[in-house]
Amino acid sequence: MGEFKVHRVRFFNYVPPGIRCVAYNNQSNRLAVSRTDGTVEIYNLSANYFQEKFFPGHESRSTEALCWAEGQRLFSAGLNGEILEYDLQALDIKYSMDAFGGPIWSMIASPSGSHLLVGCEDGSVKLFQITPDKIQFERNFDRQKSSAIQKMIVDRQYMGVSKRKCIVWGVAFLSDGTVISVDSAGKVQFWDSASGTLVKSHLIANADVQSIAVADQEDSFVVGTAEGTVFHFQLVSVTSNSTEKQWVRTKPFQHHTHDVRTVAHSPTALISGGTDTHLVIRPLMEKVEVKNYDAALRKITFPHRRLVSCSKKRQLLLFQFAHHLELWRLGSTVATGKNGDILPLSKNADHLLHLKTKGPENIICSSISPCGSWLAYSTASRVFLYRLNYEHDNISLQRISKMPAFLRSALQILFSEDSTKLFVASNQGSLHIIRLLEGSFKHLHTFQPQSGTVEAMCLLAVSPDGNWLAASGNSAGVHVYNVKHLKLHCTVPAYNFPVTALAIAPNTNNLVIAHSDQQVFEYSIPEKQYTEWSRNVQKQGFHHLWLQRDTPITHISFHPKRPTHILLHDAYMFCIIDKSLPLPNDKTVLYNPLPPTNESDVFRRRTAHAFKISKIYKPLLFMDLLDERTLVAVERPLDDIIAQLPPPIKKKKFGT
Amino acid sequence: MVEEESVRVVHCGGSELNFRRAVFSADSKYIFCVSGDFVKVYSTTTEECVHILQGHRDLVTGIQLNPSNYLQLYSCSLDGTIKLWDYLDGILIKTFLVGHKLHALFTVAHAEDSVFVTINKEEPDIFQLVLVKLPKFPSQEIEAKELSFVLDYINQSPKCIAFGREGEYVAAVRDFYLSVYFFKKKTTSRYTLSSSKNKKHAKNSFTCVACHPKEDCIASGHMDGKIRLWRNFDDDKKYTYTCLHWHHDLVMDLAFSVTGASLLSGGRECVLVEWRDAAEKNKEFLPRLGASVEHISVSPAGDLFCTSHSDNKIMVIHRNLDTSAVIQGLVKDRSILTGLMIDPKTKALVLNGKPGHLQFYSLQSDKQLYNLDIVQQEYINDSDLIQIELTKAAFGCFGNWLATVEQREEKETELELQMKLWKYNKKTQGFVLNTKISMPHDDHITALCFCNAERSETPTLVTASKDGHFKVWILTDDSDIYKNAVGWTCDFVGSYHKYQATGCCFSEDGSLLAVSFEEIVTIWDSETWELKCTFCQRAGKIRHLCFGRLTCSKYLLGDTENGILCCWNLLSCALEWSAKLNVRVMEPDPHSENVAAVSWSSGGSDLFVFKPSEPRPLYIQKNITREEVQWGVFVPRDVPDSFTSEAYQWLNRSQFYFLTKSQSLLTFSTKSAEEKLTPTSKQLLAEESLPTTPFYFILGKHRQQEDKKLNEALESELVQLPLTENIPAINELLHTPAHVLPSASFLCSLFVNSLLLSEETRSAEEIPDDVSMEEKESDDSDEENNVTEHVQDTQSAALEEDIVYQLSKSEEKELRKFRKVDYSWIAAL
Repeated sequence: MGEFKVHRVRFFNYVPPGIRCVAYNNQSNRLAVSRTDGTVEIYNLSANYFQEKFFPGHESRSTEALCWAEGQRLFSAGLNGEILEYDLQALDIKYSMDAFGGPIWSMIASPSGSHLLVGCEDGSVKLFQITPDKIQFERNFDRQKSSAIQKMIVDRQYMGVSKRKCIVWGVAFLSDGTVISVDSAGKVQFWDSASGTLVKSHLIANADVQSIAVADQEDSFVVGTAEGTVFHFQLVSVTSNSTEKQWVRTKPFQHHTHDVRTVAHSPTALISGGTDTHLVIRPLMEKVEVKNYDAALRKITFPHRRLVSCSKKRQLLLFQFAHHLELWRLGSTVATGKNGDILPLSKNADHLLHLKTKGPENIICSSISPCGSWLAYSTASRVFLYRLNYEHDNISLQRISKMPAFLRSALQILFSEDSTKLFVASNQGSLHIIRLLEGSFKHLHTFQPQSGTVEAMCLLAVSPDGNWLAASGNSAGVHVYNVKHLKLHCTVPAYNFPVTALAIAPNTNNLVIAHSDQQVFEYSIPEKQYTEWSRNVQKQGFHHLWLQRDTPITHISFHPKRPTHILLHDAYMFCIIDKSLPLPNDKTVLYNPLPPTNESDVFRRRTAHAFKISKIYKPLLFMDLLDERTLVAVERPLDDIIAQLPPPIKKKKFGT
Repeated sequence: MVEEESVRVVHCGGSELNFRRAVFSADSKYIFCVSGDFVKVYSTTTEECVHILQGHRDLVTGIQLNPSNYLQLYSCSLDGTIKLWDYLDGILIKTFLVGHKLHALFTVAHAEDSVFVTINKEEPDIFQLVLVKLPKFPSQEIEAKELSFVLDYINQSPKCIAFGREGEYVAAVRDFYLSVYFFKKKTTSRYTLSSSKNKKHAKNSFTCVACHPKEDCIASGHMDGKIRLWRNFDDDKKYTYTCLHWHHDLVMDLAFSVTGASLLSGGRECVLVEWRDAAEKNKEFLPRLGASVEHISVSPAGDLFCTSHSDNKIMVIHRNLDTSAVIQGLVKDRSILTGLMIDPKTKALVLNGKPGHLQFYSLQSDKQLYNLDIVQQEYINDSDLIQIELTKAAFGCFGNWLATVEQREEKETELELQMKLWKYNKKTQGFVLNTKISMPHDDHITALCFCNAERSETPTLVTASKDGHFKVWILTDDSDIYKNAVGWTCDFVGSYHKYQATGCCFSEDGSLLAVSFEEIVTIWDSETWELKCTFCQRAGKIRHLCFGRLTCSKYLLGDTENGILCCWNLLSCALEWSAKLNVRVMEPDPHSENVAAVSWSSGGSDLFVFKPSEPRPLYIQKNITREEVQWGVFVPRDVPDSFTSEAYQWLNRSQFYFLTKSQSLLTFSTKSAEEKLTPTSKQLLAEESLPTTPFYFILGKHRQQEDKKLNEALESELVQLPLTENIPAINELLHTPAHVLPSASFLCSLFVNSLLLSEETRSAEEIPDDVSMEEKESDDSDEENNVTEHVQDTQSAALEEDIVYQLSKSEEKELRKFRKVDYSWIAAL
């Protein structure tokens, strides 16, 4: 594996925003998650829970409700009173429409998907018809006219019933006429909607029960409480030979530390999210056909994209936050030590720059050039480019104004290795190449998307010699462009699972592609085919433990002196694949610890295989090679995130 | 009476009441529990033992009501039989010989003439649940060999098996498995709890199981204190469970209420928890039950619950979680430090009971009379805590004073000692704390004794301690202005060459005090506290000391650790005799000169009874038990026995009880235990319809005897004339209306005649009957004397009754003659 000096960076003060809503789409097996800053993320549950799309947040848009309608159309509504529809292809907001009822607190689509119903602050319920390309206001239900829709009516009616100052946080209306309500008194109550009487009451928590979601079959539902507990209720027959059924609280799950603001019920799993920023997917064992790794619990905390970029030359790290960027210079040391030693810093890390965005929009992506003198970021409406000048320890920032009009918004920004070119993937599916000059720029070329597709490209990779540019969208294959001749060179055959990371190796110009199902391919760009090694890997298959990892590979890099090495990492491990060594099979130990030095070479050689894995650094947000012997690892310990969250509801623990 | 019969060692009561779940009768009037080889029937209202069902020859392991006749009870035993009882009359109806050792018994309503039992066939730990068909033959003893196998590899304890709704399935738990066998489908489903190897779930194993009576729901208790409610278990895939977690230690037992609306659970916390609607937040508690809950059962009528506790106690609990009755046996789950004592007032056996308590246990009725809380601190059941232990206790002044010593030793150097003196309060019939002395000595107290001489005017107590001192405590005026408060103060501190004081003993007349200092015995004058003389045998430390009694009061006995029993003559101040005997227990009989010594060798314990004046023992019984005897005591008899054989004469006035290391209470007896217990049970048998209250014992018995004597019903008004009421002639006279009565002159002679003795009218065969009757009556009234405040001398009262009785018998015939005359006379009129 080789010895490295590692910069262990823990000053990336990133806190993911809390989860506000989740909405599960049964048709596409996708999950939409909205966060408190307005970000909406789309997870593909079929593709190993990969976060394949995201819509940046907006300060004034706090999402209170999220729903899928008419197949795969995604709507959200929030406290600014607007209903939004998202364009899942172009990763853009299609339109927004004011409901004119004040802040919107709830929204639901009719089971047929033809109508949308929103509940507004002024107490009105508004019905919208969903037309193929827009939504249209249809009618308004007042509080008094209780005939048509029961959902909100029931909500209001029982407000005062259970307890003084009791708030009903959620209701569910079942097809048999049962209404289930969850409230701030910690109760789950079953009501008969015909007579308006309480049928059964379950006291499940000392704090609020905040969310409820019912399965499509209406035989089970899930509720989330402010204590972080998720309870599963099931409709169970009273005796084996009778048709009488009763709702029974079955299992509690304590995967959250804070409020569970939202829950969803997919046919095979319970999904919950809340203030503690984790998205938890808990498969239901009785619904799982084969007890394989898919039946394991998933906890997703970090975004599946890069928030850190690095300037190797100047040893700078650029951290991307929702509304600002931070530029840090790494510390340095003169001390040396043996393996495993912690070296004292002779010079501490420097916080060079704190760049706040203008406007309410969140940053989508950011990048710093390898030479460290260019910095670019993009929001949903503008792309910003800055020139950095270093004078000894001082740094000055100069904004390059007059960006071209077509550069409205970028999904990915990349600098070439020599920092002379800027590649921008716009949300229209086009790729722009811009030449950077001292203090100015020049638009070189735009690769237009293939005719008919508007799919946005979200991953870019450029070869170190600057000749090749690889770009990948969500579903179609990876396109490789020849930058010298400004034309499409080839397209890597499409694969079933989305690409999570891309990189082009120096010298050989091999494109290494990681997919969300943990497969790694190596594709030779000049030869327009998969390399021999990649074919071998596919023939033999990856180790089962490799395929069972939770998090996708988010970054790939190469060692300048060792062409057979591929460096890649996910959130919980860092791996160097040595292509010269034999591949591991299922019988060999994948995560072998560093071989003990006193062991004979024979043993070492026998157990050595291509995958050298280190799990020392986790959760790992970024890892890259600064030079031949230096690595930088950006960690974000979960405890640090929890420390920045509001304190959870204090629960008395027995024995303390 | 039965002198031919040899004396043998018998178990006397105190057997476990909490071995299995208690069973209620259908009307909740009685509760049944297994107790050793017997089944005991208790009344739920009065807590009295109504019957003892005897017949099994080994430990009874299960009882169940007969589902097809709720007045019958099945029981099974390790002797391989199932017996069917009529519990109202205490009659054995049938015996079924199964042939295997039976470990548990279950009945199911629909399976009419078959029961389920647990047997183990080959390996010691492999148990099977089998169905036994009980054949219907009229004979008393029937072979029931038709076994059909139901479940294998089950737990021995019946708590781990439960039958579900209408007997459709049976659930059994063991280790980490729950097995459910469906009788209709004839299939077994097995559910395993998440890995037993996983450290987090290491305490996941099952402890007990219960089935919902109406729904398909199984409740299981676990080592980690969780209760799981299993549902949908007829589907291997869709099964699901809910957790209820309140207990912090293992769940000992579970029971559903009759309707299934609530679930009861209990454990080491000594709290009965009622979970309503199987909801975690909806629970009720009955706390402070005194000892951990071992079993829970529910009455079929649904009005009562019952918990069995580790301190050998059964509590009957009302549906609203109020304790309604407590049936307390001998508490045995702690080491006995105080030894065995007899309370002079109640004649009860006194020893350590619950932690920090003294228990008063009635040997006659095999029942705990009451508990005296000595430590007076809430007991917290935690194995890590070092508890305060009650180490010594002694009664003094004919039961008017009780001295107790408690200690707590956190570390060797941190000893907490407390001596308490309790005064008997006549009004409350109990002991009241009078004086509390903290740190009476600087080190462990080794012995404690009162001066029990009749002539001593001030109560005196002596304590001996390892700190080298013995202290004399006397009752003094604890002057406040009313001068009626008394308290104990230290009067004298004695020591002998800094040796540890190991024992002390007063002579019978109280004039001398013997204190042993390791190997040396010192004799002190109790008037002046002068050292009179010392004895030293150089034969090891003195273990026990006692003075001889009555004619042997000039002797002092002592036994040493080296196994030498010495007898000193106090007049000559010389060793009278010594014998080599490794004495464990030495107890003098308070009513005779006899001293009992129990020796211990690896083969077993031997009993020697001797008089101090003679080195030759009166009686020797080898190998009374294989275990080491820890404590012994002589219990005075209420009625002296009359053993004519010289060897058994020592048992005439007192009975010797002893306690072995495994805490079984044994005694010497000629009568079998059954015989001893019959009188009480027969009395209770007589009137089944009447509730047996303590009041009934006082008054009801009188009435009962009278009922037997008279065939006619008595008028309640006549009870005021206790003697004349029994004479039929007078009755007739008073009952007949005045206008039909013959003339007074005619009646006069009749009346006088009725008061005369007429010996010749009695038939010869009647006499023996009457004699036995008489004896019994006198017996009964003797016993009564203890509890009732009968004005008359009982002995004479019984005599008078006898005369009256005989008279009436003779007179009846006279009266019959008279009647004929009388009626004809009326007709003529």
